[in-house]
Amino acid sequence: MSDEHENKSGYQAQSSETIHAQSSEAITGSGSGIAPDMDYVRPAELPEQDLYHPHSFIEKWVFCQDAKVIGVQYFLTAVFTGIVGLILSWLMRLQLGFPGLAGFITAEHYYQFVTMHGMIMVVYFLTALFLGGFGNYLIPLMVGARDMVFPYVNMLSFWMFFVAVVVLMASFFVPGGPTGAGWTLYPPQTILEGTPGHGWGILLMLISLSLFVIGFTMGGLNYMITILQARTRGMTLMRMPLTVWGIFTATVLAMLAFPALLVSSIMMTLDKLLGTSFFMPTILKAGEVLEYGGGSPILFQHLFWFFGHPEVYIVALPAFGIVSDLISVHARKNIFGYRMMVWAIVGIGALSFFVWAHHMYVSGMNPWFGFFFASTTLIIAVPTAMKVYNWILTLWRGNIRINTVMLWCLGFIVTFVNGGITGIFLGNVSVDVPLSDTYFVVAHFHMVMGIAPLMVIMGAIYHWFPLVAGKMLNEKLGKWHFWITFLGAYSIYFPMHYLGFIGVPRRYYEMYDSPYMTSGVGLNEFISTAAFIVGAAQLFLVFNIIKTMKTGKKAEQNPWKANSLEWYTSTVPPEHGNFGDRLPVVHRWPYDYNVPGAEQDYLPQTAAPSEVAHTEVEKT
Amino acid sequence: MHVGIIFFLIILGSVLFHIFTPWYWTDIASNWQGMDDTITLTFWIGGGVFVAVCLFMIYCLFKFSYKEGRKVEYKPEDKKLEKILTWATTLGIAALLAPGLIIWNQYVNVPKNALEVDVMAWQWGWQYRLPGEDGKLGTTKVTNINDENPFGINVDDPFGRDDILVQSDYINLENNKPVKILLRSVDVLHNWYVPQFRSKMDAVPGIVTFYWFEPNKIGEYEVLCAEYCGVGHYAMRGGVEVQSTKDYNVWLSEQETFQDLIAKNETLEFEDNKLAKNNNINLKQDIYKEE
Repeated sequence: MSDEHENKSGYQAQSSETIHAQSSEAITGSGSGIAPDMDYVRPAELPEQDLYHPHSFIEKWVFCQDAKVIGVQYFLTAVFTGIVGLILSWLMRLQLGFPGLAGFITAEHYYQFVTMHGMIMVVYFLTALFLGGFGNYLIPLMVGARDMVFPYVNMLSFWMFFVAVVVLMASFFVPGGPTGAGWTLYPPQTILEGTPGHGWGILLMLISLSLFVIGFTMGGLNYMITILQARTRGMTLMRMPLTVWGIFTATVLAMLAFPALLVSSIMMTLDKLLGTSFFMPTILKAGEVLEYGGGSPILFQHLFWFFGHPEVYIVALPAFGIVSDLISVHARKNIFGYRMMVWAIVGIGALSFFVWAHHMYVSGMNPWFGFFFASTTLIIAVPTAMKVYNWILTLWRGNIRINTVMLWCLGFIVTFVNGGITGIFLGNVSVDVPLSDTYFVVAHFHMVMGIAPLMVIMGAIYHWFPLVAGKMLNEKLGKWHFWITFLGAYSIYFPMHYLGFIGVPRRYYEMYDSPYMTSGVGLNEFISTAAFIVGAAQLFLVFNIIKTMKTGKKAEQNPWKANSLEWYTSTVPPEHGNFGDRLPVVHRWPYDYNVPGAEQDYLPQTAAPSEVAHTEVEKT
Repeated sequence: MHVGIIFFLIILGSVLFHIFTPWYWTDIASNWQGMDDTITLTFWIGGGVFVAVCLFMIYCLFKFSYKEGRKVEYKPEDKKLEKILTWATTLGIAALLAPGLIIWNQYVNVPKNALEVDVMAWQWGWQYRLPGEDGKLGTTKVTNINDENPFGINVDDPFGRDDILVQSDYINLENNKPVKILLRSVDVLHNWYVPQFRSKMDAVPGIVTFYWFEPNKIGEYEVLCAEYCGVGHYAMRGGVEVQSTKDYNVWLSEQETFQDLIAKNETLEFEDNKLAKNNNINLKQDIYKEE
């Protein structure tokens, strides 16, 4: 890494004139000097961006403008919050499985754990990890850019996120503790006495969320504009890896959805601090009428879920994209129905703005909305199902490497289909009535947007670790990690649905005195035990990474024999600027695996048509 | 090989768990059998898709696991197959949506003969109000609520005088008689939920929400609050007793009306005139101050 400065002037010196002056064959890099017309790619229209190279340790590792370093910073910060979220879930399961065993978990604490666990995992862990982490690292590499288009803003984005995390964590230490309002923060209880952390706790939460949205907007603009404007020559939109499509669509969703969260945070802050009544009707508390009146608690729910439902897809779409690429690479086969996959991602993204009130069937909103939102919600199942079919059809007649990465993908398919099906129960309005606010819901959303995306994250870590760190993670430890995590998580959430059928409501500190709960005691103990094991099993990954960094096998360039551009950088791990002197030129989609007639079982995106003229490759 | 077997065992285990689970519905005690039936239908169709997808995946693992030089299909798209799958999925989805919407239509259309029950919620408890002989509930207002008017009934409203007040977490209902639950809350969100009745709805401060059901099994049931309402949420329970018409009428005749309560308060006031009056004035002054 230390020789990063050496060839920095190599590409910076190129001006627009020199690019225009170059003939097309020189740029395609075929090396023969006379490339056939079939390899022609339009010359670049703009000069390359100037990169700011770091001059000190702080500029290189702290306030860094390299998207790859920012990606790792996002990743590590998100993982830190994830560990906090994991510990909170242990404490909750301790109370639910073995009530009274840990005397310090009072009802107040329990609700604070529930709230912080939910908010951390959804926003600060999953969203930041997928978009801030994988997005930053992979977008420039996969579209063939030297960096994000606004590197300085990108750096600010991470530090804004960092401050948001600090503010969030600070709420554990303020008087009254963190908010215990539930991650949905439904008013009026959120800011009233009777809810833990209704003073400092909720204020810090709202401030932290606002900071997160501001920081995320900076990053999100970068991701969108980089994908739209900084793709290398030949990288048409329909040649982009699905990972990029997933992250791109998720970012567009986030840009449209997060403002709803921001305004509702601000409005609630005003209700709390200045006594406005956006969400506060006339309220009688302890025999006294409060100074609020005329506001609507349901308005908040609409705003929250207008953010909250697209948020599910902000997490899911990058996972869809990444898993498509992992499956294709490791099944050695083109992704089945690429165009269908792209349109499904875009379609799901668009539809996700018309389904939010399926979280509110029993909220007291006008019941006639139920017809509309049930229909839109079930329609979204069609493109989602198509994606599932295409994943398994990619396996069909492939040449499947059953390695750790593929195992995580298979785990994803099982958990995602399972969670998707239970989503059809809950989306179908009248079926939702008995199941809403029960453990069926808890099991459903953990399966579909907790475990399933986590499977993809893990697969992605094992897949791209060689690129990021230059070493191969240990397969044996990886498989142990997978099996314990997958089997454990499945045995947590699969039986949990049935607690919902008994009628056990969510967010109950304890309820063993209830007559029909007696049969659930054993099940709850089992689930808690599994949860402890799954959490502890993540140490396999930590240990694996430490071991690999110390004694692991050095990764060769492109160890998985993949086609997409991130594996064709000038060095491994890629240096600042990614691609050395010349940006790659793209001639095809990233899924040409096992093309009949080709010598190898893969054709990089940079393979020129003249090089593969003898194969049966389809035009892409 | 092993991988395929393990995945197969997981799928098999899931199906067996579903068939033999000791944890399933509490016995239904209302008219919403249709909800249970739609769930069963969704289990068949959805569960079928889950098993089919997973089995196909497992088949691929057995059949196409990595072998040097294996011939791999190169066929980026198959329009016909994609079309068939799209339409088949759409059909399955429509088959699930239709009964869901039909039952929802029943859920939001309350039968005319339903008995209106005012369920009032607060942190953390319930109380109930039934219409008197006029069959109509009097109007209410949160700011009316005080010790002498615990339901906040508008004193001027003639329909309110004969309302039957149940100042308890427990309510009795008549078997086979539809009930329209009118929910209101004086502070935060709550939700009046009896698992055996299958139905629920949030109580929202500022508005009155509703739902209906027809209890059809005599017995006692636990009421749970199903919308998080602060630190006492888990303890916010109540009860329902579904009774035969005869027993129900006996119970009903023993309940106090708003008129009775006013009379009782007046007697109290007469007996302990000064104290009661002072309290009343203090309370009123407090309310004015707040406003």
